[in-house]
Amino acid sequence: MKILVCISNVPDTTTKIKFAEGNTSIDTTGIQWVINPWDELSLTRALELKDDAVIGVKSVTVIHVGETSAEPTIRKALAIGADDAIRVNASSSDAWFVAAQIAEVIKKEQFDIIMCGIESSDYNGSIVGGMIAEFLGVPSVSAVSGIKVENGQPVLTREIDGGKEIVTVPLPFVAIVQKGIAKEPRIAAMRGIMMARTKPVKIVEPVKIDPLTEIVSFEKPVPRAACKFVDADNPAQLLDLLQNEAKVI
Amino acid sequence: MSVLVYTENWDGKFKKLSFELVSYASGVAKMLNTGVTAVSVGKVDNNELESLGKYGAGKIISVVSDSLTAFDSQAYSSILSEIAIKENATVIVISNNNEGKAIAPRLSVRLKAGVASGVSRLPLNLNPFTLYKRTFSGNAFAHLVIKSDIKILTLAQNSFDLIEAPGTPVIETVNPAFDGSLMKTVVKDTQKQTGKILLTDADIVVSGGRGMKSPDNWPPLVELASLLGAATACSRPVSDEGWRPHEEHTGQTGKIIAPNLYIAVGISGATQHLAGISSSKYIVAINNDKDAPIFEAAQYGIVGDALKVLPKLVEAVKEIRK
Repeated sequence: MKILVCISNVPDTTTKIKFAEGNTSIDTTGIQWVINPWDELSLTRALELKDDAVIGVKSVTVIHVGETSAEPTIRKALAIGADDAIRVNASSSDAWFVAAQIAEVIKKEQFDIIMCGIESSDYNGSIVGGMIAEFLGVPSVSAVSGIKVENGQPVLTREIDGGKEIVTVPLPFVAIVQKGIAKEPRIAAMRGIMMARTKPVKIVEPVKIDPLTEIVSFEKPVPRAACKFVDADNPAQLLDLLQNEAKVI
Repeated sequence: MSVLVYTENWDGKFKKLSFELVSYASGVAKMLNTGVTAVSVGKVDNNELESLGKYGAGKIISVVSDSLTAFDSQAYSSILSEIAIKENATVIVISNNNEGKAIAPRLSVRLKAGVASGVSRLPLNLNPFTLYKRTFSGNAFAHLVIKSDIKILTLAQNSFDLIEAPGTPVIETVNPAFDGSLMKTVVKDTQKQTGKILLTDADIVVSGGRGMKSPDNWPPLVELASLLGAATACSRPVSDEGWRPHEEHTGQTGKIIAPNLYIAVGISGATQHLAGISSSKYIVAINNDKDAPIFEAAQYGIVGDALKVLPKLVEAVKEIRK
């Protein structure tokens, strides 16, 4: 069994986002780049599945669509424990472009389980995983918060309104994962960091795909009005504001 | 040409988001000078179906099929794409919830339609077709242009007001023939909490953080939620500690919610937490640290020990509810 984990390279989630070039792009000065949090959890779970010898996971590969600047993030994934990496050498123009590139690679290399985070913390698209599955014509299960493999078959927990479902699908398939998939992201140990330097990163040139969407500008959220403080001994005043000013209770 | 909207129901009753979706779709249809066709999947009675007409759906296609044994994104998107083609849909509106996120990308590939996800306003422009969408977990909004002929929009929950546009819709019940081999998801078990208010559907949410100090201190918070008809939620440290189930975790990596009122009790308001709640219409913060970042996001605040303030607040609510 071979697992592919798709990773996005995103600004650290505590970054204060600033714009550049007349609000048409993100100012990348001083930004710390990290593996998208959900992708990091995916990778952790993939490695846990590999650790369980009974399941027989041969390899965990990470794939990223991006330029050379993403190398440190890819190396980090290798340091955490991925066996090898593939980088499609292109600027990731939109979800359609990224998904099509990854699907092209999968068609050639064959994976049994393809894991994607439910969204990336930068563009919050939640689209790439489902698109990959449809490009390949394989099933996808979204909002997966648990994944096990029993007798060679995936058994998934997916979040539904007000609860969860345990579902199975045949291999190969795309798991679109959310929180809960792994308890905490695995941290790279010194040995892993040393080993990552020699692990293979395959560079693949992109196929010609025209993106379907384009971000033309950014804006900041509308700032909220200053907080009105109410005395801790007078919660009735708070209720009065909520009833008569905000009209929400 | 038409605007197609994918509605969702829960045990035969439309979720509130379905009416938001139809209201939004009507707004888009008006801009395009066309009509709205709503799609409903599963058994929903005619009265309930007609309720979509109240918000501007001129036509309702009710898909009822015994072959749809589980929610399968491949099967659902296949059916939806057939309908979209038949209805000559140029814009398709879907919720940005778990189900919508599962369907929209597959539909996108089938129809070669660009997706704008997490849209919270009507299109800013029709030519080029420009949407206002959430990025960086609410820290920025993008103007996104979709270049394809068909456009798929996923609407952020609770971001668009219900707008009544009464009419009598035409209801068409269909049992579509579809490739049964697409139905690959098999449900082994379902664990549904019944009678509880859905966190993502709730108008009011009461949420506890580390300031609650111990899982034993939750009863007054739960009581406050129950008095207000609210859902309960929590911050990440609380769910990580196992004080509350992780389904309650709201924040960047947990649930992203947008209720009318979010009451944060003992939550300091780290960036990651705010990313999950910043679209709430009103935020109330109760925290003992007056410099806590939650007060920058809140419209109303009480500086004080959560454990002391909560019981007083519960009593005050009881007083006004008398």
